[in-house]
Amino acid sequence: MKYLHEFRDPALAHTLLHDIRQRVTRPWALMEVCGGQTHSIIRNGIDRLLPPEVELIHGPGCPVCVTPLATMDKALAIAAQPGVIFCSFGDMLRVPGSDGDLFSVRGAGGDVRVVYSPLDALSIARSHPAREVVFFGIGFETTAPANAQAVVLAQRQGLTNFSMLVSHVLVPPALEAILTAPDNRVQAFLAAGHVCSVMGYWQYEPLAARYGVPIVVTGFEPLDVLAGVQQAVRQLEAGQAVVENAYPRAVTRAGNGPAQAVLAEVFEVCDRNWRGIGPIPASGWQLRPRYRAFDAAERFAVQALQTQESPLCHSGDVLRGHLKPHQCPAFGTLCTPHKPLGATMVSSEGACAAYYQYGRFSAGEVTPA
Amino acid sequence: MNDSAAPDVAGWTCPLPLRDYPQIVLGHGGGGQLTADLVTHLFVPAFHNAALAPLADAAALHLGGQRLAFSTDSYVVRPLIFPGGSIAELAVHGTVNDLAMVGAQPLALSAGMILEEGLPVGLLAHLVERMAAAARAAGVSIVTGDTKVVERGHGDGLYINTAGIGLIPPGIEIAPQHARPGDVVLVSGSIGEHGMAIMSVREGLAFESPILSDTAPLHGLVAALLAAVPDVHTLRDPTRGGVAAALNEIATAAGVGIRLEEQQIPVRPEVAAACELLGLDPLYVANEGRLLALVPAPAAAAALAALRRHPAGVHAARIGDVVAQHPGLVVAHTGIGGTRVVALPHGEQLPRIC
Repeated sequence: MKYLHEFRDPALAHTLLHDIRQRVTRPWALMEVCGGQTHSIIRNGIDRLLPPEVELIHGPGCPVCVTPLATMDKALAIAAQPGVIFCSFGDMLRVPGSDGDLFSVRGAGGDVRVVYSPLDALSIARSHPAREVVFFGIGFETTAPANAQAVVLAQRQGLTNFSMLVSHVLVPPALEAILTAPDNRVQAFLAAGHVCSVMGYWQYEPLAARYGVPIVVTGFEPLDVLAGVQQAVRQLEAGQAVVENAYPRAVTRAGNGPAQAVLAEVFEVCDRNWRGIGPIPASGWQLRPRYRAFDAAERFAVQALQTQESPLCHSGDVLRGHLKPHQCPAFGTLCTPHKPLGATMVSSEGACAAYYQYGRFSAGEVTPA
Repeated sequence: MNDSAAPDVAGWTCPLPLRDYPQIVLGHGGGGQLTADLVTHLFVPAFHNAALAPLADAAALHLGGQRLAFSTDSYVVRPLIFPGGSIAELAVHGTVNDLAMVGAQPLALSAGMILEEGLPVGLLAHLVERMAAAARAAGVSIVTGDTKVVERGHGDGLYINTAGIGLIPPGIEIAPQHARPGDVVLVSGSIGEHGMAIMSVREGLAFESPILSDTAPLHGLVAALLAAVPDVHTLRDPTRGGVAAALNEIATAAGVGIRLEEQQIPVRPEVAAACELLGLDPLYVANEGRLLALVPAPAAAAALAALRRHPAGVHAARIGDVVAQHPGLVVAHTGIGGTRVVALPHGEQLPRIC
């Protein structure tokens, strides 16, 4: 596949790995921000190919994982209402709320549908005028423009039976929260390439300067990830701390102007509670007042939800980089992707699920043929 | 963190009993862990007997000196007609293939038709004709059947159940439990085509060349393989849950590890592209006309040549080995030289958000 195979070339990967091994002189802790990068690292076995000095800490960049429990419970309550068609990205269906998940709502008779785009939810709303169609609008800056566009279209088309449960989150405030935590171990970031393709990377320059931390905009194919690691290690070894773009085929400093325009039209910044991490000021987007008519949280008065996180789940420590997933006492025993205790075990981007799927054995047991 | 707290791989078993969903969810039909839970914790204890115990694609029954293979499958695909096939071909091929996976020559099928009120009779007639044509082409007869109608809204137009019987030739002993360290893993062609053909229709994806289902009868291919290599240890058609689920089942049943070379697994470019778009892994996507064969290493070249000589196995490939290490686990060497575990899927493979 063009634009993919070129970035999976084993010979080039080994050249990059060799260069990283040559450069590294001491241990460094790098955080890959995005769950898509975690997925690629584990799926391609990149973590096992890097020299032991380079530690990859899996960041909080999985929107499925950080969607607040209260929002999840609200989603379950709305989806269970008669007459509602609840549309969601696929991997949200297995995220546990306080009591059950969207699969169990569907099993109990709720109309829960997997869609690939919010525009699919709009078509469903048009073809089911007597039903309330709700789209679960989650994600980072990456998925937000399409969700914003769906709201604009719904208003333009006069769709009164469409609404969105919005729980968008923003990357830069999360990085700042990690950097200001007293026990922070992260020494460099691989910034999320897809987020930067929308927002650009100028927002990260003050962070790199203020906290003295290299930030490398990084893509998702094996060579992209290795290039990001290489540039981060080079900066760390040289004592530099700037923003570099290792994903120039998709990312510019300014980002995608039209996408940013529709975001500004529809959303406004709000405080957001991150599951497993806690509240981070100005770290989310909510619908602006002029689009509140499409806010599912207001349309469906879901009150008095008792939210209860499993006391056995250490996903917060995992998301902050204090615990590797397999170091959690519940990992692989009480908590599996099949019956997750926490959201990090759900999505294939979730750090715990990625570990479980692809890392559930020690490297020493496999020797090349 | 010390090593003693690391996951105990060799002793790792699924710790949970039947998962506590209070209702059946779609994932229970996904061919992964949820399905396995139902089978292991509910069906097998209730029905247990010697013929059921191996949990092969077909049961082997001893009848008057002959060994009879017996299998059944139900077909609930939507849409009813898709690129490369329809529910009609699936209903014939699926059961023929289940029989073929124990080495049997299929003899006869039954057909149970569950019709939804409102199904156009013209469409039903078309599908029945296709079913008859598929049976003729496969050389099996549909010898008994049943018809039921359910109320509108209680079915997707048409569900079909088929059961089949066949004869297992003397000397053929094929079972998931027979895989041995040193065996070579062969696949009879490129993977993921059926699942992505269905998915591309459902999701409205268009590609330069459309993805066609690989639905096909495999008993001719199996007969050709057995003629060249009678000592085939294990056969499996990787349907729901794909190659990943089939190999995990074999690894668990035989108590062996399986090592895949990801680069050697044939995947057509359009299938790979569709999987990339939807965030799916071709190893987990369903096939309806492919088989996995585990054969002793000395016979591997002959087995591969026999598969490739048959029209249904032209693109057969050697994709891995059976090892004594990591029993119960399937491990893949990735394209860039890393390793990853190819775990049993849990329920439905969920499209990823980004």
